[in-house]
Amino acid sequence: MTFTSSTNSGSAVGGAVPLAVGLQGVRKHFGNVQAVRDVDISISCGEIAAILGPNGAGKTSTIDIILGLSQPTTGQVSVFGMHPRQAIARGLVSAVMQTGGLLKDLTVAETVIYTASLFAQSRPVGEVLSRAGIAQIADRRVGKCSGGEQQRLRFAMALVPDPELLVLDEPTTGMDVEGRRSFWASIRADAEKGRTVLFATHYLEEADAYADRIILLRHGQKVADGTASEIKAMAAGRTVRATLAGASEAELSGIPGGDSVEVRGDTVLIHSSNSDAVARYLLNNTQARDLEITARGIEDAFIALTGDEPEPSIATRGAS
Amino acid sequence: MSTAPVSTAPDLSGRRAPAFGGFNLTALRLEVRRMLRNRRTIIITMIAPVVLFLIIGLASNPVRVIYGHGNYAAFVMISLALYGAVFATTNGGAAVSIERAQGWSRQLRLTPLSPAAYISMKILTAMVLGLGPVVIVNVAGILTHKASMPGYIWFVSAVCVWIGSLLFAAFGLFVGYLLPPENVTQLLSLILTLLAFAGGLFIPISQLPGGVQAVAKWTPEYGLNQLVHAPLLGAGVDWTWAVNAVAWLAIFVGAAIWRFRKDTARV
Repeated sequence: MTFTSSTNSGSAVGGAVPLAVGLQGVRKHFGNVQAVRDVDISISCGEIAAILGPNGAGKTSTIDIILGLSQPTTGQVSVFGMHPRQAIARGLVSAVMQTGGLLKDLTVAETVIYTASLFAQSRPVGEVLSRAGIAQIADRRVGKCSGGEQQRLRFAMALVPDPELLVLDEPTTGMDVEGRRSFWASIRADAEKGRTVLFATHYLEEADAYADRIILLRHGQKVADGTASEIKAMAAGRTVRATLAGASEAELSGIPGGDSVEVRGDTVLIHSSNSDAVARYLLNNTQARDLEITARGIEDAFIALTGDEPEPSIATRGAS
Repeated sequence: MSTAPVSTAPDLSGRRAPAFGGFNLTALRLEVRRMLRNRRTIIITMIAPVVLFLIIGLASNPVRVIYGHGNYAAFVMISLALYGAVFATTNGGAAVSIERAQGWSRQLRLTPLSPAAYISMKILTAMVLGLGPVVIVNVAGILTHKASMPGYIWFVSAVCVWIGSLLFAAFGLFVGYLLPPENVTQLLSLILTLLAFAGGLFIPISQLPGGVQAVAKWTPEYGLNQLVHAPLLGAGVDWTWAVNAVAWLAIFVGAAIWRFRKDTARV
């Protein structure tokens, strides 16, 4: 696989600012399964971005590619303009994975000391432990720590090289509400110093509360990419659904008032903040029939955008 | 909440990769400490060979039987030091199967640690564990006043046994990367017992049936066992022993690297 130094918008005037993460046309196949399908992601330095999607949407596969744990089948990946392995060797990237990755027979402090010994440069162990909020359990065996404490230890290990990019894969899985909140408070406080943070989650509210930007994945494809408020605006609108034979997305993309268009066979789904204009256009200018207009909440928008069924029934989703 | 991205470039110029692929003594010390915490492994690896020595080596009037530059008790002592070292280094190496199961090997791939540095640290850790039974069996030989041989032969034999067990540290790593932890211990006990018999550690292979003897000479503990007894017996070294040991070392190191690559393959 080749990699290029980033050529996207991140390398602005002067060309000296590489993207923190650059994925171009990345595909990942496991046999016949397409885990990631033609995904482009550009994350600038200092952003806090969320990859949001249900289980099986390709979040972990995408994260693994960014971390160099797996190779894309096709496409290019760069981290700070270099190959992910080079970035990891220099301590530029670290990650908090959702499970595993800890030795039960080491203590908390020993785990951090071990990790620190592997890097050319590292932060002092005491500092890292207190920033992760586990200085008081430094001498505890990892096997005796709770799930939340183990997650904080993974966070401490990730802080060791003082990385420019911190990647978190479903970091709060299995934590209670209070644990989740205080974990994110630590991450947020840490990110204020300019660290780039990329996290994967299937909790919409987590992405909404902690990310400046949300990348929505569904079935291995990027279905939305914007600020949390942009995603919310999408959700605030309505969906116009109609039957229209032979419709194409390209043809309908210019429709007045339409924000996004999806064609599934003879069914057309147009999301819009001005559903009246869309309906008027469809009835006046096309052969569309059986119109149905539904409103949805943000949770429904998420489900509709990322749902597993090929044709989610938007109207009934809200009731369940 | 939506703070504008800080689009200033982070200073990457001071960032560098570690020397020696991340190999370092701090991590090595922690690996050894971890292993010493595993009481059950320690007790079995340290006690079993010395108990066998006390039973076999001191049972049948071994003191007066002359073997090369020493006596039969010295011969048995070297055999059981080798058995203990092989058992310890194999189990020390195979402990990687637990790390794999706990996801630690995957975690290490998020650090600069190189495969070569990691395998070196694992082999050295297993060798530290292997040093224990070598020392204990030899001390038992001294304290019981049964084993007898010149001091320099005593020393050279012990060093040969310890260095030779390197072969089985590699074997243990190979098995540890091949199998899940729940199968490793039982399987290794069986394999190591068979290899010890085939290598002539418990009874001379001349007492085995002809067909078994022919096969036994190709097994990985045979050449090693012959080599470590050569200083005591003083009857020279057969080149086939060295070929056996070196060939098996190459096979086990190659197999360990192959399984490691397979395990950590970037799919």
